[in-house]
Amino acid sequence: MKIIILGAGQVGTSVAESLVSEANDITVVDTDITHLQALQDRLDLRTVAGNAASPSVLKAAGAEDADLLIAVTQSDQTNLCACRTAATLFNLPTRIARLRSPDYAEHPQLLDENNFAVDFSICPEQIVTDYIIKLVEFPEALQVLEFAGGRVSLVAVRAFEGGPLVGHPIADIRRHIPKVDARIAAIYRKDQPITPTGDTVVEAGDEVFCLAATEDIREVMRELRRMDKPAKRVMIAGGGNIGYRLARALEKNYRVKVIEENKRRSEFLAANLKEALVLRGDATDEDLLEGENVADMDMFLALTNDDENNIMSSLLAKRMGARRVLALINRRAYVDLVQADRIDIAISPAHVSIGSLLAHVRRGDVAAVHSLRRGAAEALELIAHGDEKSSKVVGKPIEEIDLPEGVTIGAIVRRMADAEKVTVNSGALLAEHHRVIIAHHDTVIEPDDHVIVFVVSKRLVPKVEKLFQVGLGFF
Amino acid sequence: MNRYLAVLRVFSLILIMFAGTMTVPVVVAWIYKDGAQYAYDEGIAITLITGALIWLFTHNQRRELHIKDGFLLVVMTWTLLPAFAAIPLMSYFWPNLSFTDAYFETVSGLTTTGATVLSGLDNLPFSINLWRGELVWLGGMGLIVLATAILPLLGVGGRQMFKAEAPGPMKDTKLTPRMAETAKGLWAVYFAISIACFFALRWAGMTWGDAVIHTGSIMGLGGFSSHDASFGFWDSPKIELVTMTFMTIAGMNFATHFLVWRQRSAAPYKFDPEARWYLVVMWGSVLGVAYYLWYLDAYADFLTALRYAAFNVVSIATTTGFANTDYNLWPLFAPLWMLFLSSFVTCSGSTGGGIKMVRAMVLYKQTFREVIRSMHPAAVQPIKLGGETLQNNIVFAVLAFGFMYMVLIVSFTLLMAYSGLDIVTSFSAVVACINNTGPGLNQVGPATTFAVLDDFQTWICTSAMLLGRLEIFTLLVVLSPAFWRK
Repeated sequence: MKIIILGAGQVGTSVAESLVSEANDITVVDTDITHLQALQDRLDLRTVAGNAASPSVLKAAGAEDADLLIAVTQSDQTNLCACRTAATLFNLPTRIARLRSPDYAEHPQLLDENNFAVDFSICPEQIVTDYIIKLVEFPEALQVLEFAGGRVSLVAVRAFEGGPLVGHPIADIRRHIPKVDARIAAIYRKDQPITPTGDTVVEAGDEVFCLAATEDIREVMRELRRMDKPAKRVMIAGGGNIGYRLARALEKNYRVKVIEENKRRSEFLAANLKEALVLRGDATDEDLLEGENVADMDMFLALTNDDENNIMSSLLAKRMGARRVLALINRRAYVDLVQADRIDIAISPAHVSIGSLLAHVRRGDVAAVHSLRRGAAEALELIAHGDEKSSKVVGKPIEEIDLPEGVTIGAIVRRMADAEKVTVNSGALLAEHHRVIIAHHDTVIEPDDHVIVFVVSKRLVPKVEKLFQVGLGFF
Repeated sequence: MNRYLAVLRVFSLILIMFAGTMTVPVVVAWIYKDGAQYAYDEGIAITLITGALIWLFTHNQRRELHIKDGFLLVVMTWTLLPAFAAIPLMSYFWPNLSFTDAYFETVSGLTTTGATVLSGLDNLPFSINLWRGELVWLGGMGLIVLATAILPLLGVGGRQMFKAEAPGPMKDTKLTPRMAETAKGLWAVYFAISIACFFALRWAGMTWGDAVIHTGSIMGLGGFSSHDASFGFWDSPKIELVTMTFMTIAGMNFATHFLVWRQRSAAPYKFDPEARWYLVVMWGSVLGVAYYLWYLDAYADFLTALRYAAFNVVSIATTTGFANTDYNLWPLFAPLWMLFLSSFVTCSGSTGGGIKMVRAMVLYKQTFREVIRSMHPAAVQPIKLGGETLQNNIVFAVLAFGFMYMVLIVSFTLLMAYSGLDIVTSFSAVVACINNTGPGLNQVGPATTFAVLDDFQTWICTSAMLLGRLEIFTLLVVLSPAFWRK
């Protein structure tokens, strides 16, 4: 696939990183030559310097025969303009734009074919924010991901002594919580993946990935560790884009404190947040943390732009008694350095946010892609097309599908066509149209099912995609 | 010198227009042959001639007025017009009404206070009562523009928060781009609500004449009545209900009414940060006072207590000053609470007095901010009204205003007490005047008049009314030497 990426910032770079390995022709456009040079030295791709929205630069980047344009510059206006230009002049088939300002997203007609011609818009800050909100809602989880419009969740939990399932084989989960249908998709023990079978014994310290209907998630997590009280007090260090969005989303249901060093930014925050308390100061200042009772915090979230600051402030907060600390870390080396040691959760914003971009790049019909374990593994939501003859997955029980080692089918979301099967008891009519089926060895995939697949290593992704592609011949 | 001449030119035009407003009672006096027509003839003659003379001397001084001139013009209008308005009263009562008392009466009218020195109102010529009602109505009209357009421009006591240029809670208050257009729009709303009030009062059972007088008095939140017994004269719950409704309406920001009228939706009421507090505090107090009176057996059954509590609390809280019973006889807490309400409940941009709900909200939030600050020294906490941040300089202006308001109440009360009045009378008279409410307690209570005061005390009350109406600082600015320095 020929892909043009506009903008070599954080998002652009990580998109390039993850796509370059998948055998794509990538051209990156940016105004900053030093950025481009650094990128070119590191990755196998082409770079073009210039204004991303100008026709000549796009042409030089090969827009005429490109398949995909990913406009992720800092400026919404540049991204919009580039999409329109690419559509009008070069007939570029698929255009994705990053739009940070919610203003544009509120007017979808602006993005249609007659206007800015944006096929998909993404807002990385919002994606990261949503991701963190989930972690505040489920403080015990390492990661919570949603599929099929929120009906199915994949949750990563570290198993602890005291969870009923810990020390027992996985098959016991059926006896413990008979009403809940859950599937353990993968286990990482000392960072090595284990493909779980019914006899696998869960050990304390394991990182366990479970799939279940979203409403059952809490129940499943309780199997693996003692559940704490739900979080109530949240401290956010850094009131940037993510910190601000997060504070706004959380301030209604949590007691939120935001620490921001910049004077003007802190005034902006205080003016625009209704309930949250805005504090001006340095998040690594222990007197400030002490004075604001960091010890009583259920969650401490370090979300500044500065990796070192985030690491230091969250280490400090943890030592001073914060129950759970989370740090936003851009550099991969740092992430591996701190996670699971003293910082409870380290988040790499790029990996969180590019999943939705990757879904559009993949072959086959992919509805969602989520990076797991900082990009090492992946969870995909694929749509099974075709019928028994043309597809390798449709119409077969799962045990007969030729899955590569390390690939697990976790769940299926099936749209119920006939109204008879719809139960309208809870009033949730829409949700009842879809049924979540947790996969077992005898589950049969039907056409147009959304299949949630867990892949322990990214190397296996192309094989999975191939599996779900509809074959062309009949032999 | 030029500067003052240009102000005088504008003032002369106001004076000539004011002479025009006296034609209303003239015509009425002529139709009813009530024997007061000569008084207005004199009033019109003196006012018109003075205005014309000033205009002759200054008509070529055409110059844009500056903000500084605005202070002078506003102060001149509110202090000198009552003097001219007093001419018909003095002339009619000659020689039984001193200038001090006549001026007090007309200041009371134009500042929409409603405190009176006249008694035997029922027997006065209709045109005299009409003139008093008209003064209140005109005062209310001037006041709306003063409050929504002029004071924000002058930035008095934190009023600049209503200026369109400054980020503030009432960005939309600049309803149209030009002040003259804004004034016309607001007057149209004032006029329309007045008409509605007039017919509602007539429907509820007032005579046409009483309905006119009381419409003026209600819309300006003044409190002049044509009956000594005020609303006790009718003793009609229907009339009281109509009056309460329109007092409540007039106590809200007319700019909000205007927006509602223009947008044809009630949404602006919801976004007016003052309106909610105004209604909650006032009607909450109605229930509280009703319960209090019923609990202390001032009234035998709760509904009667509610009726009297509702009417008097709303009347005093909105700084109107009507009464349908002598609430001076109630347990002291209730009337004191009512006076307390009158000092802050009405909205800015209404015809009511006091420090206004918006300033009370800022003072409250500032206090709360200090409490939080002592617990979280690093906290950044701007004061917000209706979701918008207030600049600190506005908060300081409001604090200074609140401080001056207290200082004036204390010092005027001391002066009144020094002159020989008891403390309740002194305090209540000052509070009732500075809030432009009207009746106080004890000797100046709802059943009596301000006629019991001597000249010294009357002038204190007159000053209090003017200071309260001009939001203290407007008057202080003009009285300061710095203002007159070249």
